[in-house]
Order: sequence, then structure tokens, then C-alpha cells
Amino acid sequence: MASDDIWILGIHMTKFGKHPDLDVVDLAAEAAMGALDDGGVGIKDMGVLAAGCLMMAQAGIGQQLQKQIGQTGIPVYNVANACATGATALRTAIMAVRAGECDMGLAVGVEKLAGAGLLAGGARKSDDDTWTRHGRYGAVAPVDGRIGTETMPGVFAQIGMEYGHRYGGTSFELFARISEKNHSHSTLNPLASYSKAMSLEQIMGDMMIAYPNTRPMCSANCDGAAAAVIVSDAKLKTLDPDQRRRAVKISASVLTSDPWEESCQVLPDVNTLTRNAATQAYEQAGVGPEDLDLVELHDCFATAELVHYDNLMLCPVGGAVDFFESGATWRDGTTPVNVSGGLESKGHPIAATGIANVWEVAHHLRGEAGDRQIEGASVGLAHVIGLGSACGVHILEKAAS
Amino acid sequence: MSDQITLVDYLELGDDPHLVANQCRACGARFFDRRNACASCGKTEFDRVRVAGEGEVRAFTIVSFAAPGVPVPFVAALVDCDGTSVRGNLINVEPDPEHVSLGMKVRLATYSVGTDSSGTEAIGFGFEPQEAQSNGI
Repeated sequence: MASDDIWILGIHMTKFGKHPDLDVVDLAAEAAMGALDDGGVGIKDMGVLAAGCLMMAQAGIGQQLQKQIGQTGIPVYNVANACATGATALRTAIMAVRAGECDMGLAVGVEKLAGAGLLAGGARKSDDDTWTRHGRYGAVAPVDGRIGTETMPGVFAQIGMEYGHRYGGTSFELFARISEKNHSHSTLNPLASYSKAMSLEQIMGDMMIAYPNTRPMCSANCDGAAAAVIVSDAKLKTLDPDQRRRAVKISASVLTSDPWEESCQVLPDVNTLTRNAATQAYEQAGVGPEDLDLVELHDCFATAELVHYDNLMLCPVGGAVDFFESGATWRDGTTPVNVSGGLESKGHPIAATGIANVWEVAHHLRGEAGDRQIEGASVGLAHVIGLGSACGVHILEKAAS
Repeated sequence: MSDQITLVDYLELGDDPHLVANQCRACGARFFDRRNACASCGKTEFDRVRVAGEGEVRAFTIVSFAAPGVPVPFVAALVDCDGTSVRGNLINVEPDPEHVSLGMKVRLATYSVGTDSSGTEAIGFGFEPQEAQSNGI
């Protein structure tokens, strides 16, 4: 008897880094064809395509991709949801399959960002010749740098600092040590943009971007793509034993937005919607944080990783500093976090990120993660945040063999 | 004295410069910008209310890398003004971790943003330490 379960049949990520000779569609095609091949299926088996490329959100990346890998006439959903775009594409395909519209779907996220600088607050218009009020704040001149900061390193720095103010125990060094962990983890990931270990001294002594985030504590802009083929339980049961054995169960797929909180108009609240998504995901999956063998969470900045330990309930409320200090989140700890190297070293090709983190978890659950395999991994969680805000959480489980 | 205009319309000048917010008549949620309806409860009536001018730094960052034309370093902060969260720069303080701290008590202060071609001066706001600093700043 088939269930409502949805499975990952095939999944692929490209090398993250600099791909000067490949365009966005090349990268998307490599990921999509890789995922189809990994699942042992073809483009004609797909009933839906969901695709995202945030920097080209109006370009119809899904249809552009079809021109290169197969124009089969299926519905295409081009999605954009800030840094949660990849997770949104995946969830869109999942919803279509769960709704019974088709039995297999393809989700793709791609971005070319190598060499990009600040993605927000990177340009400020010059002042007008005469002061005239504009916009909903009636501003007579640009306010970035005059009323706080619009840069992401600065916004997420404040998010980490606010946690420190509320619960204590944070310091420049503590945040740098989180980055040290992720850079250390990256040495085992051949697909990471940067796979060099960095000492605490190197991290703290590097170029300051927005205190306490130095450059290696920020996500790395890079090129990359990731794609996943998903399948219904009923369809999976008709496939070969090898395909079934490597299938990874999507035990929870959740997307939330940020509910109103008092201070969210002046500093985005990335906490409440993550906690809400995690709560729903644990309930859907019937697992708890203590069951997780690994977590890939959205460390867009070292200051962000800390708050998400708490938001994902990996530790007691207010206990993120102690949790990190215990060594729990290193790859040999009780809850390994970002064994891929995280966004700080693996890189953050925005729309690819929310599928690449699922690829990482799935890779371990299949026992195919090579040198960085978390032994015996059977349950994992992937989390992304897109500022604005959107949060995607997926919980994955190994196939019962 | 030349004409003055505030950098944003939620700053009011006069003898006692202060910020004002649009407060939802139904639930009390406060907004510095114009809202079509309340983001907290969906109701549509707002009152313009004064925001406390003294507060506590709940979060800050020292921005060293910003868009061309934005002078760095500067301190961006989230200030809790008696329950209303306000975004603003910390001013009249050295922008380094030795002089800025979480929980620091601050008060609203204004400064000149610049004068336009018609001679009108734009006035911005920030927050300065309530206590004079030991180095005399």
C-alpha cells in the first residue's frame, strides 16, 4: 500500500566556486542532468519543474533550462524567495507531487556570484540636488549608513549580538571559533569553494567587514547549482531495487514567513520563523532534535549560526553558547552542524543553497559522503533563511532497507 | 538661520527633537513608516505617538565595509527606547569595540546631514552615550 511519503530519487550539486567558462544555464543543466542520472530517470519522466535563480528572477530560468535539456511541455514554476529560493523550488515540486498532479518532479537552483561584492547595501545613490521626501519613511536622502546598515554582514552581525545581549556569553572570539569549525569541516569537502582550514588567529586577523564578522566569517559568493528529482511513494514502489535502496525519504518539508514581532521593522527577525518551521518539521517527521545525526543550517555569517542552534532547538532556549562550547556541533560531536563547511567555506550560490544542503544530508544518509561521512547517519535536517523573510526546513531519513 | 528639513519624516525637531511612530489604535504596534494596515493585527487606524528619546543598545555592529560614498567605520545599532525598537547609528562615540557595548545607555541626538542647493539643511539623528566617556569624548 502506497503512502503519502515523498522521496528524493536523484540529487546532484556542481562544484561550488568559480566557473568562468560556464553560464547559468550550463550550471543548471549540469545539476539537473546529474540529478536525473543519479535517479536513473530522464527528463521525459518529470511531471513538473520548479527552478530558481535569484539574480535572474525575471529571466525564466526554468524554460531556459528546458531549451537545453528537454522541452517536454510540463508546467514550470520559476520561483524567487531570497536565500530560501532553492528550498522553495524543492518544496514547490514536492507540493505538486503530493497533490497528485504528477508522480515525479525536478527542482533546480542555480546562481553565478563569483566575484560579487555586497549583495545588499553595495551601492548608495548620491544625494539629490534639493532635499525631497521619498518613500514610506519620507527620506530626503539615502539612509544606508545614516540610519543603521543595509549590508547583510552588518544585519546578521546585529542578529548574533542581540542573542549575546539577551543570553550572554558571546564574544568576537566565540563567533570566530564557529567559523574556525566550518572552515575545518570544509577540508573534507572536494566540492566546497574554499577547503582550507583557518586558524582562529587568521580568522580574527582577517579583514573586518562588520564587527564581529570578518571576511572568512561571511558566506562566500560563488557559482554553483544543485538539483533534485523527487518521486511519490507509489511510483517509487514500481522502480528497481537499487533506486529504492538509494532513495531518501523527505519526512518533513516546511516553508514559513516571518510573523510580526515588535522589533522586526528595524532588525529582521530570523528567529521566530525558524523556530516555527522547526516545530512544524519535527511534528511532521515525528522526530526530535535529539534524533538528528547531522544538520546543515544557514550560516550565512558566523553570527547567524549561533542563533540557529537555538532556533532549531538543538539546545535549550538561551543555551547556544554552551552548546557550541561543548563541542556538540563539530563533526565528531553529538549534533554535527555544517560538516559540508557551511556557507562560509562551501559557498553560497543563493538559489542553489537550499538544494545543496539537502544534497549534503542525503549524501550522508546514503552512506556516500566519502571522507566526511558521518557514520551511521539515518536522520538529518537542512535549513535555509531568506531575508525578508522566508525559512525552509527539510528533514530527511534514510530508506528503510 | 537657514531652513531645516528632517532626514526622515519620523524625526521631529524643535526645542526637544524626538522620533514619532504610527501606533496602531487597536493593538499598539508601532511603525516608523506608512502602513496600509497594521502588520500585527490588520486594523487600519493609527495615531502618531512620541517615542522615548533614551534607550539601551540591544545590538550593534561596526560596519567597516559598505557602499562607496558611505563613510566607514560607523556603528549601526538597535536601540530599545522604552519598549520601542529603533534603528540608528551610534554617534559622538569612537566606533570601536572598546567604546561601544551591549546594554550601553544612549540618548537621541541630531546632526547635520548637509545643505542642498537651495540652502536647506537636512537634519539626521543618531544615539549618543548618556555617560561622558572616560577619554573625554
